Amino acid sequence: MTTAEIGRARLRKEDAHLITGRSRYTDNITLPGMLHLAMVRSPFAHAKITAVDVSAAKASPGVVAVLTGADVADEQGNVPNVWPVTADQKAPAFPSIAVDEVAFAGEVVACIVARSAAAARDAVELVDVSYDELPVVMDLEEAFTDTVLAHSSLDSNLSATWVFDSGEAGTGKPIREALDNAEVLIERTFYQQRLIPAFMEPRSIVVDPTSEQITMWTSTQVPHIVRLMLALTLGIPESKVRVIAPDVGGGFGGKLTVTPEEFITLMAARRVGKPCKYTETRSESLQAGHHGRAQVQRLKLSATKEGIVTGLDVNLLADMGAYLGLIGSGIPILGAFMYNAIYKFPAYRLECNNIFTNKAWTGAYRGAGRPEATFAIERMMDELAVELGMDPLELREKNWIKHDEFPFTTVAGLEYDSGNYEAATAKALELFDYDALRAEQARRRETNDTVQLGIGISTFTEMCGLAPSRVLGALSYGAGGWEHAQVRVLPSGNVEVVTGVSPHGQGHETAWSQLVADKLGVPFENVEVLHGDTQVSQRGMDTYGSRSLVVGGMAVLAAADKVIEKAKVVAAHLMEASEEDLEFTDGKFSVKGTDQSTSLGEIALATFAAHNLPDGFEPNLDSDATFDPQNFSYPHGTHLAAIEVDTETGRVSIRKYVCVDDVGVVVNPLIVEGQVHGGLAQGIAQALYEEAVYDEAGTLVTGSFVDYLVPSAPDLPHYTTGRTQTPSTTNQLGVKGVGEAGTIASTPAIVNGVLDAVRHLGVKDIKMPCSPSRVWAALEEAKTTGGVQ
Amino acid sequence: MASSTTITVEVDDVSYTDDVEPRLLLVQYLRERLGKTGTLIGCDTTNCGACTVHLDGVSVKSCTMFAVQADGHRVTTIEGLAEDGKLAPLQQAFHECHALQCGYCTPGMIMQSASLLAENPHPSEQEIRDGLEGNLCRCTGYQNIVAAVRSVADGTVSSNAGEAETAGVA
Repeated sequence: MTTAEIGRARLRKEDAHLITGRSRYTDNITLPGMLHLAMVRSPFAHAKITAVDVSAAKASPGVVAVLTGADVADEQGNVPNVWPVTADQKAPAFPSIAVDEVAFAGEVVACIVARSAAAARDAVELVDVSYDELPVVMDLEEAFTDTVLAHSSLDSNLSATWVFDSGEAGTGKPIREALDNAEVLIERTFYQQRLIPAFMEPRSIVVDPTSEQITMWTSTQVPHIVRLMLALTLGIPESKVRVIAPDVGGGFGGKLTVTPEEFITLMAARRVGKPCKYTETRSESLQAGHHGRAQVQRLKLSATKEGIVTGLDVNLLADMGAYLGLIGSGIPILGAFMYNAIYKFPAYRLECNNIFTNKAWTGAYRGAGRPEATFAIERMMDELAVELGMDPLELREKNWIKHDEFPFTTVAGLEYDSGNYEAATAKALELFDYDALRAEQARRRETNDTVQLGIGISTFTEMCGLAPSRVLGALSYGAGGWEHAQVRVLPSGNVEVVTGVSPHGQGHETAWSQLVADKLGVPFENVEVLHGDTQVSQRGMDTYGSRSLVVGGMAVLAAADKVIEKAKVVAAHLMEASEEDLEFTDGKFSVKGTDQSTSLGEIALATFAAHNLPDGFEPNLDSDATFDPQNFSYPHGTHLAAIEVDTETGRVSIRKYVCVDDVGVVVNPLIVEGQVHGGLAQGIAQALYEEAVYDEAGTLVTGSFVDYLVPSAPDLPHYTTGRTQTPSTTNQLGVKGVGEAGTIASTPAIVNGVLDAVRHLGVKDIKMPCSPSRVWAALEEAKTTGGVQ
Repeated sequence: MASSTTITVEVDDVSYTDDVEPRLLLVQYLRERLGKTGTLIGCDTTNCGACTVHLDGVSVKSCTMFAVQADGHRVTTIEGLAEDGKLAPLQQAFHECHALQCGYCTPGMIMQSASLLAENPHPSEQEIRDGLEGNLCRCTGYQNIVAAVRSVADGTVSSNAGEAETAGVA
């Protein structure tokens, strides 16, 4: 394989239509006779529905139909959960349109179908729903006590308790021993605030029921999963449903789901026999799209006086919200294998309790379990360093896996194939100017500067490339983790690549073109990448978990390899040579030791004509491949943040942010860089800005972008980025994945930096987001009590 | 249903006369009546800027104006920015600097950047960031957007379509 394309900063093929306004987002689609939907949503977080009167709404101008839960009770089934994390996992029924009871504010109770979106929304106001309010449980720790139940159909708010114990698993020592014999024991509780994915494109669905096959366009990361779930839930033959994800305006896990609105739009379209569109408003998106994070983390870390960690005990409360969405139950479990991070902990136990509350249900949000784990352990390592009076980097180095110790099987049972934490850290320190900043920090402390400087550290790894199917099976996930691709060589020699992953901003068309151009020796421009339509891409597991290149890209390469094998047979026949004497380079088969050669394009044309092929040769070069990874991949990196805290106002500023990421071999540095930047922005947003806040009655207070603080350009710093490269040893290209790295690493770097700036003033912890008011309050509290939690 | 009002608006160099409901937002008029779906809706509260267009050459958020308010005015959308089939410098710069990923904020971001540069042709990095405060992007972390605007201000954006040296890569 030549390497003309791998590592090249190709500009994106995807851009041309997006920068000129020729976009194909779902809400841009208009079909003949199309009707519009609007949802009637519960204003209450928990209530019995006693009556729904739709008569006035039905009489409203332009209204064609109104659907209530009772109308569709026999056909709607339940919004599926495919991840029973334990055999006894409990979940309430989750009808798309509530029938008897609502369990969060924003739940759909009726649907208007009208000739225009405006007419539909007008009629929403006319639906008269009678509710009997029930007590609500909004606080996660309170919910765990079962004092108030989130559902009257369940006798407990506990959905499942999942436990990993290294002593029992045989991957390490028992935790009890480590804690009992601890020379130093650190106990802390951290709060992972509830976040909202807040993709820029509100979700939109168009369903065309007018042909034999129902077609759905939907703003999703997972068209293949949506298709299967529509079929299974509504009892439609899978072959009668086609799902298309056209241009999709971001996802970040928020579109890794199957939504009530998708089921409702399909049911409505099927009933009225006309194409129907539903596009949510931003407020609906924030209120009723799934949320992320939302955990209480209680940790105990035992160590020797020299700073060698001997054990880690983690107790999680994970807020499921009101229902179990597609994979919400498994999100904390994805983090469970990452609390030991880059370190050689000998003993580890994690217990996770999945709890229901009367809030929007939770699911994947960029990193999905791993940011929570990384935050907790990187905060704990800083706490231990403070306790021991050690430099936090020195403490980390004492505990981390050395570069010559790979492959390394961790206490959580994962085999890390490769990494070099020393190299990434050394490079980050160089870019950061660590010693100079520490000296400035000391000066500011001595002079009692009103602006104090803190240095935040985060050395992280994550598991990417979801996922080996066997591992998913062992975790009781409802599907595999393979990916599919097809490579087709057209008679002209142009190449079509069909991929089962479904991009929504990542640049797969560009990167896959680079992969195939290199592999087949065809020009980058001659490769066309097709995706996101179940009629074109028949098989796929879609895009999430930094899996697209590591799993989907490897399927593309495997399919291309098969194309070469097929073409070789034809080449040998055409040149009257033995296959063993052929070599394939730069898109040509040559007979070794001669000047005889034939190009892939010539072979494609000869195969198309099929006039002169070997006996029994099937006349096409097209090849399919399905790749199932044998292991995850483990990108890592060192992130350093210089944080200024104005002690008079509580304002936090990021003065410098340096990150060195090792994502293995890089196909397109431009795209990798973009993924890192965007990831950093979301991780910083958790540390400083964002939180989904509910009031006591269960209303989402942060129900618009006025209150939910997605950071804008002046809220974020310039990022200094660098890379080290330790190739993954578990895939043919050595790639590791980059989609979530920035988000996972940056949150603890920022919060560690904030605390480092004010710890000497008596502040011990600040809950995220570290807003000016919270930082100021912590400083004030410290003045009077000598410290706050 | 409210009565309609007749408006005449020039959009991307074409004059349109239509009867519209007074409550119809400018962005809905552009998208639903004129098919100008290049302009997108991202929020309901004037926060995200996805719907940014130019009204008589100055950026406005078209979700915060009624169509009737545009009567007699000239509107430019992302679809009218390229001239004679040639990308506007900002469009080219967003491409070259990898200043977009999912692309949803991009039309508004480009229109706002154009307005920013018209007001201040040589902004500092901070002035660029402040000038884009009303436009949210969830994908890029803004660094490459800032670089794109700067490359137009500095005149370093390529005048040719196609592959160019990439900015911001370590």
